[in-house]
Amino acid sequence: MIPKLAIHGLSKTFRQKQHSLLALDAIDLSLAENEFVSLVGTSGCGKSTLLSIVAGLQEFDEGEVLVDGAPIAGPGRDRGVVFQSYTLFPWLSAQKNVEFALSAAGMSARQCREAAREHLALVGLERFADAYPSQLSGGMKQRVAIARALSYRPKLLLMDEPFGALDALTRHHMQELLTGVWESHRLTVLFITHDVEEAVYLSDRVMVMSNQPGRIKAVVPVELARPRPYDITTTADFLAVHRQVLTSIREESIKIAQLGAA
Amino acid sequence: MPPRSSGKAGSSPPRAGGTRRRPHRLLGLTGRLELWQFAGISGLVFAGLLALWWLATSSGWVGPLFLPSPLSVWRRLVELAASGQLWQDAEISLYRILAGFLIASVLAIPVGVLIGCYRFWEAAIEPLVDFIRYMPVVAFVPLTILWSGTGDTQKFLIIWIGTFFQQVLLIMDNVKRVPWDFIDIGRTLELPERRILARIVVPSALPGIWDSLRISLGWAWTWLVLAELVAATSGLGYRITVAQRFFQTDTIVGYILVLGCFGLVTDQAMKAIGRRLFHYVEVRR
Repeated sequence: MIPKLAIHGLSKTFRQKQHSLLALDAIDLSLAENEFVSLVGTSGCGKSTLLSIVAGLQEFDEGEVLVDGAPIAGPGRDRGVVFQSYTLFPWLSAQKNVEFALSAAGMSARQCREAAREHLALVGLERFADAYPSQLSGGMKQRVAIARALSYRPKLLLMDEPFGALDALTRHHMQELLTGVWESHRLTVLFITHDVEEAVYLSDRVMVMSNQPGRIKAVVPVELARPRPYDITTTADFLAVHRQVLTSIREESIKIAQLGAA
Repeated sequence: MPPRSSGKAGSSPPRAGGTRRRPHRLLGLTGRLELWQFAGISGLVFAGLLALWWLATSSGWVGPLFLPSPLSVWRRLVELAASGQLWQDAEISLYRILAGFLIASVLAIPVGVLIGCYRFWEAAIEPLVDFIRYMPVVAFVPLTILWSGTGDTQKFLIIWIGTFFQQVLLIMDNVKRVPWDFIDIGRTLELPERRILARIVVPSALPGIWDSLRISLGWAWTWLVLAELVAATSGLGYRITVAQRFFQTDTIVGYILVLGCFGLVTDQAMKAIGRRLFHYVEVRR
């Protein structure tokens, strides 16, 4: 079967005046249909760059990125993106923000209205349809952003630390909401985070990235049953996976600390 | 020895209302003011200055030729208003400022958006605008008279020279502040560039652009009066020059105050319209 997303030998170098930095080095990965994969790594390891490349928002030097077996050509509606920063348009209500995406996807005004309402309900915000982003909390804004990205049915959902700016309690709530949506909707998701617990809780597989150059260092399958209630995070099975990922990541942060000390 | 009910210091129960809460401070950093307090304070400042003016003139400290008393300025203004002179002068000046400012703004918005979005156009236009911006507007007055006489066109030209170039740079800055991620959202939706510009960049920059226009309106007033002072046959600035010839200091002071009022009113009006138009913007108050 053709994977939903396949990346082969992807490399990216940032060239600066004095020296060049190999940000991504020979990345290989693939996501099966309806798979939830997280990419974890220390800050600056290139995970956001990788997501940005998959989204088509950044160029790359070598390799290929295939969606359903076809190479990508720039950004596209087959890949929905949720950013860490709040990207709702402040001049539009929650409802109109979702409609904006739907109308860009070529839907009629009536279809837009209905689909937008339906997707706001999916993230539990139907009552806030007419609220402007300035009237919504950070978590609510990200829920609308998720609704917007899902609304036009992309093949892939790309999420770049979407809950990174939220407080711990809201973040937990958002993670539960996202697994709920994922379990009921069936989606292929590439999720970027530096929060190990978040990655393990959400994913089918967790990929650990190394730092400078950015490589896929380890792939840890998460064989926990679904649906996953939140208290799964305290079970022995969960903690075993968590420890495995954390150890792998800690090696990287220690490496960085030693580089800094040298 | 009688038993002591409240013994050690600090053991008294906390008072209702919460003594922990920071007291309401009028002069504190980020202190809050009710509307009536705000109006009261600014009203007091105006009243204080008026009193000072009255004191300086009524005590004979300043001669009436240099600074007439508030009362004589008021009487003079009432007289000019009754004869229709004041309204006639104000009307022509208001027309000039409105037309001149609109011409400048309508031209500045597309140019500012263009150079804020495209590096090519920024390279072509921004240094040039910066260069012209530093040329003294005053020095253009004789030139513009030479080019277009002393009619309204020359007033528009001076207002345009004085505001357009500043506006372009301010608007470019407003556009550059549009978050990249907003534009990226447009790209992931496969919107063509023109629609990203029209439906994302411009609406996003609009509250800032409105503020830039509001600020530049103040400069437009200055340049209009300047142009009218130098060469005109009507308008508020022209009346001031005429009054100077006859040593009518009360008219001069009165008209200066009227100009101040117009400035204040137009600025507040634009602020109010901006709050209406951009009600969704988070404002820290």
